[in-house]
Amino acid sequence: MKFLSDRALARLRDATDIPDLTGTRYRLVERVARGGMGVVYLAEDEKLQRRVALKVLDVPGADGDLASRLIREAQVLARLEHPGIVPVHDVGTLADGRVFYTMKFVRGQRFDKYVESIASITDRLRIFLRICDAVAFAHARGVLHRDLKPANIMVGSFGEVLVMDWGLAKLLHGVGGGQPPSSDPGATIFEKPGAVRNTETSTELSGATGHGTVMGTPGYMSPEQARGDVEHLDSRSDIFSLGVLLRFLLTGEPTAAPSEKRSLDRALEAICGKATAHDARDRYTTAQDLAQDVSRYLDGFAVAAHRESVFERLGRFYRRYRFFILLIAAYLVMRVLVLFFMHR
Amino acid sequence: MSENDFQPGGDRFPLTRRSVIEAIGSIDAEEREQALESLCAAYWRPIYKYIRLRWNRPSDEAQDLTQGFFVEAFERELLERFDPKKSRLRTYLRLCVDSFVSNESKASRRQKRGGDIPHFALDFSAAEQELSHAVMDPAAIPSSESLEEFFEKEWVRSLFTLAVEELRQLCMARERERTFRLFEAYDLEDSQKISYEQLSKEFGIPVTDVTNALAWARREFRRIALERLHELCGSEEEFQREARAVFGWEAK
Repeated sequence: MKFLSDRALARLRDATDIPDLTGTRYRLVERVARGGMGVVYLAEDEKLQRRVALKVLDVPGADGDLASRLIREAQVLARLEHPGIVPVHDVGTLADGRVFYTMKFVRGQRFDKYVESIASITDRLRIFLRICDAVAFAHARGVLHRDLKPANIMVGSFGEVLVMDWGLAKLLHGVGGGQPPSSDPGATIFEKPGAVRNTETSTELSGATGHGTVMGTPGYMSPEQARGDVEHLDSRSDIFSLGVLLRFLLTGEPTAAPSEKRSLDRALEAICGKATAHDARDRYTTAQDLAQDVSRYLDGFAVAAHRESVFERLGRFYRRYRFFILLIAAYLVMRVLVLFFMHR
Repeated sequence: MSENDFQPGGDRFPLTRRSVIEAIGSIDAEEREQALESLCAAYWRPIYKYIRLRWNRPSDEAQDLTQGFFVEAFERELLERFDPKKSRLRTYLRLCVDSFVSNESKASRRQKRGGDIPHFALDFSAAEQELSHAVMDPAAIPSSESLEEFFEKEWVRSLFTLAVEELRQLCMARERERTFRLFEAYDLEDSQKISYEQLSKEFGIPVTDVTNALAWARREFRRIALERLHELCGSEEEFQREARAVFGWEAK
């Protein structure tokens, strides 16, 4: 047998890592990123002459859990046609047996990097509203994301906000508009009983579906998700993650608890608190409700999450009608001054 | 399209070989023997080299210990005690080797060896020659901290060597000798990388034939290596983890 030198080993590794696109319409351009279960490449669709992102599994075989997960991810994405969700174009198996799918190639920045350049709280909240829109749409189609975090949100070069990585998505039954793509009764994707998996760092792969499974990203996961209470997860679990995301946007800290370093406006704190309530029943029922409360805050109205004191109400009234209040005050001052000088 | 009616071309790549861990516990003696043979084929080189370096044993003693280890593994049913949930097979085997060698001062045990296990053709002289590549440069002698890494690297080398050999046999069987020679020249040679054009001239075929042949050979190599790996893992989860480690996907 031929002795394989270290250089030959490295070459073999490189040679086998590159997906074999023989027989497809795609041509590899460059590698973009590595995820938990595969690699994302920038590829050229030679038929349509456009660039796409090609996500491909490391390991071949379409009957494994990972392959099912990737296929299901593509199927979930395909049913979510929304400007805030990256569209999928194609799914299939390469000549080397690896399952792949192609999607829109998003040129832009990861959300956490992007928000560093935005100082205004108002602008940050407006971006958050767009994330809520996309998530609310998915919920309406019967899909839970289950891994909402800054790393899974991209901001495109034209400011479009895209929710990515639906690999842990769960299909809810009986939720408006949603049609489960298969007969799998649980329709919960790729879970393995065992320890918590941090999807940012984990390279562990999927196994059986079931109650007691814990998947997601610690810190962003709802308590029920962290408990592995898979069967009872609903949209409020994603709302918890949105709450953590909101607090991250406002304070830079990805936490469900109030920040110790930076205090928030009480109304915003209440919104974050309601979204990240430990008991799911105390949270917003829908992502729209959360978005509406944030919108009310932006428009200077009372938010549902916070019962205001009289002073807070006056303060908010003042902030909202500051121009008119100052105008009236200026008029009254002028009036007083005129009267004062006339009576001297 | 539902997941159920998804019809990929990937069925050409079934990872169907039964795990040696399962097969070693089989009641069928032939199956058990084959499993041990597969395990031995994949692991004897890394184990031999590991004993040479980690335990600093001379060649003849390391040969004896390597064979003895497999006898022990077979007789004492070490592999049946392996739990894939607790560790990787190769880590478990390395720890078993450590334990075996450290207890190996009793000469009587050594005399027992060689009776009950199948006979494998272990080419120790080739392994010794390979080892000389590693120890010629003093800086390349593994430190105790890097011995684990060394063992893993040798295990990958062993796995890839077996896969290359299987690919060679496949090429011979399918009358694709030229494909294997191209693969050998382009991907296995230690010298500077040769270009597709050079290969095209050398073999007197168009460049596209060179690239097609290489694509086929790499695809087959990858499939064979993954099948071998699958066979040597105790669980699907371990296989996925090992595939990432063996192919360097974790590091990239």
